[in-house]
Amino acid sequence: MKSMTSRRILLWLAPLAFLGILFFYPFFRILAFGLNFNTLKSNNLQLAFHVLLFTFYQASLSTLLTLLIGLPSAYLFAHFDFHGKSLLRALTTVPFMLPTVVVAAGFNALLGPRGWINLTFMHLFSLSNPPIQFVSTLGAILLAHVFYNTTIVIRIVSNALSRLDPKLEQAARSLGANERRVWWNVTLPMLRPSILAASLLVFLFDFTSFGVILLLGGPTFATLEVEIYIQALQMLNLPVAALLAFIQLLCTLAFSILYTRISTRVTVQSAPRSAYQHKANNIREKVFVLAFCVLLFTFFIFPMLALPLRSVTRLAADRGQQTQVHYGLTTDYYTELFINRRNSLFYVPPINAALNSLGYAGATVILSLLLGFPAASALAKPGFFEKFLDPILILPLGASAVTLALGFIIAFGRLLISPWLVPLAHTLVALPFVIRALQPAIASIPDRLRQAATTLGASPLHVWQNVDWPILSRATLSAATFAFTISLGEFGATLLLARPDYPTIPIAIYNFLSQPGDLNYGQAMAMATLLMALTTAGILFIEKQRLPGMGEF
Amino acid sequence: MLEIRGIYKSYEVQPLLQNIFFLVGTGETICLLGPSGSGKSTFLRMIAGLESPDAGQILWDGNDLASTPSHLRDFGLVFQDYALFPHLNVFDNVSFGLKMKHWKSNEIKTRVVEVLELVNLRGFDLREVTDLSGGEQQRVALARALAPRPRLLMFDEPLGALDRALREDLLNELRGILHRTQIPAIYVTHDQDEAFTIADRVLLLHKGQIVQAGTPADVWSRPNSVWVAQFLGLGNVVEGKIVNGNKVETRVGIFSIMCDRQHRTGEIVHLLVRPLEAENEANQIRRHVADVIFQQDRFKVTLDNGLYFYLKDEPKIGQMLEIKVKMECLQ
Repeated sequence: MKSMTSRRILLWLAPLAFLGILFFYPFFRILAFGLNFNTLKSNNLQLAFHVLLFTFYQASLSTLLTLLIGLPSAYLFAHFDFHGKSLLRALTTVPFMLPTVVVAAGFNALLGPRGWINLTFMHLFSLSNPPIQFVSTLGAILLAHVFYNTTIVIRIVSNALSRLDPKLEQAARSLGANERRVWWNVTLPMLRPSILAASLLVFLFDFTSFGVILLLGGPTFATLEVEIYIQALQMLNLPVAALLAFIQLLCTLAFSILYTRISTRVTVQSAPRSAYQHKANNIREKVFVLAFCVLLFTFFIFPMLALPLRSVTRLAADRGQQTQVHYGLTTDYYTELFINRRNSLFYVPPINAALNSLGYAGATVILSLLLGFPAASALAKPGFFEKFLDPILILPLGASAVTLALGFIIAFGRLLISPWLVPLAHTLVALPFVIRALQPAIASIPDRLRQAATTLGASPLHVWQNVDWPILSRATLSAATFAFTISLGEFGATLLLARPDYPTIPIAIYNFLSQPGDLNYGQAMAMATLLMALTTAGILFIEKQRLPGMGEF
Repeated sequence: MLEIRGIYKSYEVQPLLQNIFFLVGTGETICLLGPSGSGKSTFLRMIAGLESPDAGQILWDGNDLASTPSHLRDFGLVFQDYALFPHLNVFDNVSFGLKMKHWKSNEIKTRVVEVLELVNLRGFDLREVTDLSGGEQQRVALARALAPRPRLLMFDEPLGALDRALREDLLNELRGILHRTQIPAIYVTHDQDEAFTIADRVLLLHKGQIVQAGTPADVWSRPNSVWVAQFLGLGNVVEGKIVNGNKVETRVGIFSIMCDRQHRTGEIVHLLVRPLEAENEANQIRRHVADVIFQQDRFKVTLDNGLYFYLKDEPKIGQMLEIKVKMECLQ
């Protein structure tokens, strides 16, 4: 008994020390900084109220739109069997894990002033200005949010739908209910918890969204996240930023608690998964399936296709000769990435940014595995402590990246010279994912397996080599990939923490996008394409490693 | 030879095992028989070195094993749910212990083929263990434990998860294998049929203590306590009071008993009334039949005083029955 306790303490030591120093300490510094008489002034509170209102407004609107697309899609996936279903499902899943800069660049390549649609219109009708104003509108934010989060609704709700026992609906029919009454009185009430859970999760992500709003909305659309960034880095007003961060934390905490409560009510019935699925057999169903397949396919493929295509296409409409557009395939944007054209002191060639990114991602992988393994091992055999420690480990997930970074700045201001803060922040973001990826695999190894190996003459080292590692290697690989892709695409915290001479790929893309000129734009596209390829490969790899029956979120 | 000397183990202050002594000789199969929760599995794990006793010694050929780590003990252990390595195929599972002992690969091959043959799984080498049936998995587990020629084999309810017919087959095979290989074995189970089939000697475990030990026939014919008689289901247990020398008064009548020791008048004793009719007995029970249950080759007949007997012929409910019985003294 005693040795068990000391072993647990040993396992928890590093992860808790890490969280204590890098999450809770900064968190309390934010509290101390943001909540005092100097900050709680009426004009600050007014600003906060204003920003909060807009944050709620855009998040609610985004959530509603996401449900509008997501619920019929969930129905489509749960009920119908059609060609290309798994492809479509994969297509809707990928955006969820794409870095925000990639999504922003994708929408920019499609709908931005230099995007495909505007350039096509300009060419067709000989216009001198892009006819569609998309970037810096609320519409851009909403569209990107829907693009990101529809998969959540599809996954949670279609899962619940396909697990509903069809016998319940049949029973209702046999008791005299018509199709509509069955839907209202039986199906919908049983789906309500999962719809609510999905909505809350979507709302939470929309609420804390940063990159999409900064990159597609611009500074006029200041949500809490964006305003924290503006106050902290542009106004250099840390106390107000801290006040906003505190409000942000309160909100996300409330939503998270609400979500956990609701998601426990999402009961899993074990009706055979495919009991329900059939081919569309009447005209109404056929139209529905076809229409939604086309809609989803277009919506999800276009931004992701526009980006790589735009990165190899010269469609420059240079100033002064706007009607004359040069066309042609080109690899210029890619070759340009390796050249330092402006010999400016502050300019960092993109290749260096890529190297920084890889270095940070490597460090994040190592750190998060080193911390994640002991924590996941302890959680795999939950005891008394773990009941309390489990939610604590997940807390950083609820805090937004910008808030985490603000905490770092306030708590370790003097250390900011160190580029190490970036991988530490990335580790904080990646750790919950790494633990969630490792824990089920560790728990899946029964102690008897290790004991069997021991009685067959395997020393503790051999047991680890021959039993634990072969079983864990897959999970470790997907945990590492998680950490790697998260670090590679992380934007919010990096934007606040990275020194100008150590940018990462997303920061470089952001810089290129916010500078004028076709070459900058093209380079942003090229870098975003590379980043998209890398992360997509990572996501597909993780999906392939996912053990059947493992949790969705 | 394995020797257990005064093992004591507690779990959350409750004693789980106390004062356990016994020997396992060459080629001998010992069976630890007891209800679930009697500490049998914990005891096996202590012998295997996976847990340590609070007090007492475990010796092999006179050497205390306390400082020998589990993986150097050379004791094979077969688990109830097999504990096969899911990421390895049959060959790799069976050869695991041989690899740990650094056998040469051609020797490993020969040995694996040999033990797979022994457990009737010839040609299963390359199958995935996850594709096998329960009985096949158990055979692989047995082959895996046998392969490195352990000094001692231990079985922790190895057939618990299998259905009855399969259990009987495997049990007989196991008996044959143990007999042929002459590996001393400790077999843990809560099933007396299994225990009596496989064991040279049965140790009955109750509340962490060995309450009776002996050959299956010994234990069967001379249960030494009410608990043993009831746990083994040997028959009706009746409480009685000695009235006069060898006469005892019970709620089902007054009987004469033959007992190893003398009883005082007024002493409370427990009697075992076996459910089979005894020849040449003075004691007789005359009661009405309350219930009759058909049991394949016999009828279980319950009388209106609660005693039950196995009879060849089916009586009618309500019919008066006269049965000669033997009254055995328990304790």
